[in-house]
Amino acid sequence: MPVGDDVGEVSGVVRGKSRMVLGLAALALVFAACAPNASQDSLKPAGPYAREIDRLFVPVFWIAAAVFFIVEGLLVFFLVKYRHRKGREGVPAQIHGNSRLEIAWTILPALILAGVAVPTVTTIFDLARKPAGDVLNVNVIGHQWWWEFDYPGTGIITANEMHIPVGRPVYVSLCAAGQGYAGQVAPNECQPGPPDGQSPATIGEDVIHSFWVPELAGKQDVVPGRTNHLVLEASQPGVYSGQCAEFCGLSHAYMRFKVIAQTPADYDAWVTAQRQDAATPTAGSAAATGMDTFLNGQCIACHAIQGPQVNGQPVGANGGPNLTHLMSRSCFAGCTFPITAENLTKWLEDPPAMKPGSWMPNYHLSQDQIAALVAYLETLK
Amino acid sequence: MATTGMPAEGPRGVLRRPRSTTGLWSWITTVDHKKIGVLYGVTAFLFFLVGGTEALFIRLQLAQPNGHVLSASAYNEFFTMHGLTMVFFVVMPLSAAFFNYLIPLMIGARDVAFPRLNAFSYWAFLFAGLFIYSSFALGGAPNGGWFGYAPLSTVDPTSHNMTFYALGLIIAGLASAVSAINLAVTIINMRAPGMTLFRMPVFIWMALVVQFLLAFSLPIITVGLFEMLFDRRFGTHFFDPAAGGDPVLWQHLFWLFGHPEVYILVLPAMGIVSEILPVFARKPLFGYQFVVFSGIAIGFIGFGVWAHHMFAAGLGPVANTAFGISTMIIAVPTGVKIFNWLGTLWKGDIHFTTPMLFAVGFIAMFVIGGLSGVTHAVVPADYQQTDTYYIVAHFHYVLFGGAIFGLFGGMYYWWPKIFGRMLSERIGKIHFWAMLIGFNLTFAPMHILGLQGMPRRIQSYPSSLGLGFWNLVSTIGSFMIAVSMLIFLYNVVTSSRKAKDAVADPWDARTLEWTTSSPPPPHNFDEIPVVHSLDELWHRKYAETEGGRVVPVPAGGAGAYDGEHASGGHGIHLPSPSYYPIIAAAGLPLIGYGVIFQWWMAGVGGLVLLMGLYAWALEPSVE
Repeated sequence: MPVGDDVGEVSGVVRGKSRMVLGLAALALVFAACAPNASQDSLKPAGPYAREIDRLFVPVFWIAAAVFFIVEGLLVFFLVKYRHRKGREGVPAQIHGNSRLEIAWTILPALILAGVAVPTVTTIFDLARKPAGDVLNVNVIGHQWWWEFDYPGTGIITANEMHIPVGRPVYVSLCAAGQGYAGQVAPNECQPGPPDGQSPATIGEDVIHSFWVPELAGKQDVVPGRTNHLVLEASQPGVYSGQCAEFCGLSHAYMRFKVIAQTPADYDAWVTAQRQDAATPTAGSAAATGMDTFLNGQCIACHAIQGPQVNGQPVGANGGPNLTHLMSRSCFAGCTFPITAENLTKWLEDPPAMKPGSWMPNYHLSQDQIAALVAYLETLK
Repeated sequence: MATTGMPAEGPRGVLRRPRSTTGLWSWITTVDHKKIGVLYGVTAFLFFLVGGTEALFIRLQLAQPNGHVLSASAYNEFFTMHGLTMVFFVVMPLSAAFFNYLIPLMIGARDVAFPRLNAFSYWAFLFAGLFIYSSFALGGAPNGGWFGYAPLSTVDPTSHNMTFYALGLIIAGLASAVSAINLAVTIINMRAPGMTLFRMPVFIWMALVVQFLLAFSLPIITVGLFEMLFDRRFGTHFFDPAAGGDPVLWQHLFWLFGHPEVYILVLPAMGIVSEILPVFARKPLFGYQFVVFSGIAIGFIGFGVWAHHMFAAGLGPVANTAFGISTMIIAVPTGVKIFNWLGTLWKGDIHFTTPMLFAVGFIAMFVIGGLSGVTHAVVPADYQQTDTYYIVAHFHYVLFGGAIFGLFGGMYYWWPKIFGRMLSERIGKIHFWAMLIGFNLTFAPMHILGLQGMPRRIQSYPSSLGLGFWNLVSTIGSFMIAVSMLIFLYNVVTSSRKAKDAVADPWDARTLEWTTSSPPPPHNFDEIPVVHSLDELWHRKYAETEGGRVVPVPAGGAGAYDGEHASGGHGIHLPSPSYYPIIAAAGLPLIGYGVIFQWWMAGVGGLVLLMGLYAWALEPSVE
């Protein structure tokens, strides 16, 4: 249901006396009435790790619901049964307590909780175990405010969209941006500095983020100075929405990403495509002008493109998203905007106006420069 | 001077001793615990209106996807200030208002142990609040969340936002720590003859536990706040991993305070509810000792659960297991309390007055918050829930459905004692129902939103996530809460316009504060009561026959309050008002501004504080 319909429905409800009744009835449907289109829903696990959490949460939820109905039921029952009635004289018997009852309602909840604790503990250790066998390693780097995905050993570095094959556990290593991420790092370990010993290039502040794609796994914080790990896996091909869950500053709300789960064949095709160098535009075209602007301007101060060289050196990553295959993605700037020529133009005109606090400043490019740059970016398929 | 019969002495010290007993100066210089209690209450309620307004802006921003009511930077300031305000400048001082006003009255004392220190606590608290709020006019309010996670809170030392946070909370913490010592000493040392520990009302017990929680937890966050301040202002690297620091250190320091803080916020309300239920069920509290001991147990275990706020921080499976289990354990004494409240209602004669409605509302809502809390203790489930709106729902059920409902119950219950006027029962009940429904409309949908993937502290969400409907419901509910507050204010205003109508014991209550007039005289009791039992006043009024029937004690009987020996307070020496608490407290924000802007101001502030304390030390407490 589109959002506009929701609004119409609510404003209808708002009128009249029935408002509260309907509101409460709606609340009673807490778990039945899942909103449509929710693609980031922890109640719709789509892989074994998220499902393991769900299988723990759902029974605990029903136990809690049972306790809720018993306690609230008793409360309402007592309130009705022992309410003061007109004409009642005197004072009720002064009951001070009952030790047996006290012991009972200490031990019974403790037993229920002990019952809940056992599967809780086993699941904690299950989820913390590094999966054996055929595992895909991905290093995930949290930047202010976008996600970078580094596939160790493949040369693939991408942003905002993480591709994974279905049916294969993904061992995610979570690194903060300032942790020396400058090119490929070793799998499973965030390094304190780049291999060449130079100080790492970071755009933005190095702060805590939290990597969360609810349909595939629980969340795990990205903590500067530490390497945290998370295992996720998708059972079916699909697009799973994710988002930074730890407050990380001005554009925390715009630090989104997608996990794109593909069949192994599709995934392999994606890998092959991503390993290609960027296409070189035909000489004389607008795109060639754009490439010229790109390589001789400010862009390469932060952005990497694999293929072209400047002064005999590759254009390496310096803290901004790798753009080699930009057009193979569907969104940019922390998955906040769909990639279209129109949005890219708007972005290049004034990035902070589009996204609060964007670390890419307004370079005051001319309309001609922007048009040429967009033409070039559109060739980066 | 609050008493008569003392020879007037000439001026001594720097300033003439203040003498007003009415008007503005009497409030500024008062050391009377009752006036200070009222100051705390009124100030906290004003902050409540401010923090509530911030919440309404947050709800307006989130009412629809891609909201444009607030900019991202304003949004971050608003949610940070909403949290800070509600925790440090609303619920804590509202509890302090009840502590101040009621502890001496309920234990049969004339004042707290250190009356001028009590005034200092209030002024330091007020100045801390004004100091933090002044940041809006001085370059921007705190914007790193009430939890101020490093390194986000320390990476930009050029801005002042989080420096105001660190300094403001240090001052507020100082106020609370001083007050905690004062009230703990009062409860331990100043009980009326015969009031043994196990004849203390449960509210006093919960107050005592809270003072110890404050005294032991505030130093921890103070260490963290100083480290944050040093990182920001002096270039230290406590939380900077590149220089060998650790951001997770802040989390440990913050939550080692932050979790006991939850019980600091909710135990007072639990105490209030434990006073209200017996009065209106007309039965003693069921399992008094168990309610007391479970409160103490919560106080102890509350220091052992902090890392359940950090399950996703990567502490590892062993730590997560330990803190998951300790979190489950703390649910047990909490459950004991709830069952004993149910036991109190059982076979009672329940009168649905407004205070009783709020007390029952507390139980009903707190149960929901407690149960969702247990689902966080299930650590893997918390991997999904933490930092989502499910958590926002959970702690609002605990702190609004719990603490705020309990505190409103306390306001309606003790209002006649404090102001000498009854609040309207009819308007009070409308207030209750509007607040209960508004509260549930606001916060129940947040459970769904969180599970459906809405993280906390986001300024905006795309329409594609399908979160619009429940967010709109929540926003509508929040405005209903706002309306309920207007109803409460209307009740207060209309009641203040009528003649004083409250008798000493309007509810047929059970504890000592109801033995004295409403409002009480400055000296509280003409004669310090002698206590013979728990629920002393009840036993003065009612006796059990041999057959177990409860009958009223005949008028003029042994214990009945008759005012026979009333002396009118002549010859009772009360501590005299003083200028120095507010002067000393005024030095604190000056030091704060100095640290941020100009060092010489810190020197001036330090001098003001030192002079205030010296003059205070040289001034006799009674003149």
